[in-house]
Amino acid sequence: MWRDAVVVAGKDLRIEGRAKVSLNQVGPYALVVLLLFGFAFDQDRPLLVQAAPGLFWLAVLFSGLLAVQRSFSVESSDGAIDSLRLSRLEPAGIFLGKAAAVAAQLVLLEALLAAGVVVLFHSRLGGAGLLAASAALSTAGLAGAGVAYGALCIGLRARETLLPLLLAPVLAPVVLAATQAWRSALGLSGGDGWRWLALLGCFAAIYLAGGSIGFGALMEEA
Amino acid sequence: MMLRKGPSTRLSRALGWSALVALALNVWWGLWLSPPAPSGKAAPPGIVEGQFVRMLYVHPAVATMAYVGFGVCALGSVAWLWPRTRSPRWDRLAVAGAEVGAVFCAATLVTGSIWGRASWGVWWTWDPRLTLTAILFALSLGYLALRRAVEDSRSRSVLSSVVALLMALTVIVDHYATSWFVSLHQGETLFKPDPSVYGWQLATMVLSFVAFGLLGAWLIVHRYRLEGLEERYEAQVFYSAIEARRAEGSAERASALVGSAAAETEGP
Repeated sequence: MWRDAVVVAGKDLRIEGRAKVSLNQVGPYALVVLLLFGFAFDQDRPLLVQAAPGLFWLAVLFSGLLAVQRSFSVESSDGAIDSLRLSRLEPAGIFLGKAAAVAAQLVLLEALLAAGVVVLFHSRLGGAGLLAASAALSTAGLAGAGVAYGALCIGLRARETLLPLLLAPVLAPVVLAATQAWRSALGLSGGDGWRWLALLGCFAAIYLAGGSIGFGALMEEA
Repeated sequence: MMLRKGPSTRLSRALGWSALVALALNVWWGLWLSPPAPSGKAAPPGIVEGQFVRMLYVHPAVATMAYVGFGVCALGSVAWLWPRTRSPRWDRLAVAGAEVGAVFCAATLVTGSIWGRASWGVWWTWDPRLTLTAILFALSLGYLALRRAVEDSRSRSVLSSVVALLMALTVIVDHYATSWFVSLHQGETLFKPDPSVYGWQLATMVLSFVAFGLLGAWLIVHRYRLEGLEERYEAQVFYSAIEARRAEGSAERASALVGSAAAETEGP
């Protein structure tokens, strides 16, 4: 299973490396979202600093949706999904591989967005341990749920609009917990960020385990 | 194949009339017979105050029916996914439960918002119970959109069953949100050793559960039967199209045979 995951992740990342869609389109889109948040808050600097964790994770969510859609549009064109189904790769391996590839792209996006938040919103990054741990678990949760729902929507007519409708409510708890953990890490709230981290860990485990178990059936029906 | 004129039966009509009578009684008891609860300093702790007590005769019952609808949807989905019990009936039950659950969930958000405005002074607050109910409503809309987007009935059943199980998980977390998290929302009112309401208020609240329960059951039965009729109608249209094509083919073949026979008779 793990070898299959490495193979699929390598394939997806090679495709991304050649097409550079994340670099040329998703990354700039994420930065534009940050700019728009700045306009929406009327460039109120103290308010932007307060809201920065939430805005950061919303930007990650919006950009993540594009990354997930891209991950499955690659499979739906030219019947590539049929080749994937007929290959002897384990469904759980395919799921984990695709999730790892999406997660790798999300990590790059998060680094870009973190820089954007520091520059545009004047946020000061701190609490590196909690910040990094919550980012890692949130990324795992976003990628796990995203790939599972991406597989669910791959064969549908209205997948571009249906995927955000199905995925956003599922990812809402992850965005909420990640925002609270980051608020705590940045010293913007007195709450215990490590409790939110535990919640993030639960969601990531549920999405990754559920996706690994159900991915085969979802691919068959797609 | 003949189709029935509508989804109602004698039993479902009886259920509908019972629901109507119970709802009328609920309005009468709730607005006229039941007195307002004590308010201000006279109100014992944990009691719903003043005229706001009348929201108790709608909101909890409606919210419970939303949970029941999603529960029925989860039951139908699990029974459909389980190979031994797999039958189109379970899928029909799942969609009926989800649609009725979505309607009651929307009603829960509206009535809760009105109550929130009256007791907290705001239409909406980011309370765990409220937020989870909104997420649940969004999930149910996603479930219904997914069902409309998939054409193949088997794929539709499998994919929507997976989403239904996730909805059921959200229902459980939503129900226990007031116990697990710090919440502004009122906790248990009825099902505790010392209920927060008594007398006419208690009776009216129990009646509201009966009335909305009957209404929910009537809606689920009708939606279930309507889904069955839709499936039969689709099958009928499909077979009619095949019959028409066959008849067309037979006519073409017959005219071709007649034509060739006539040509042979006329000779060169």
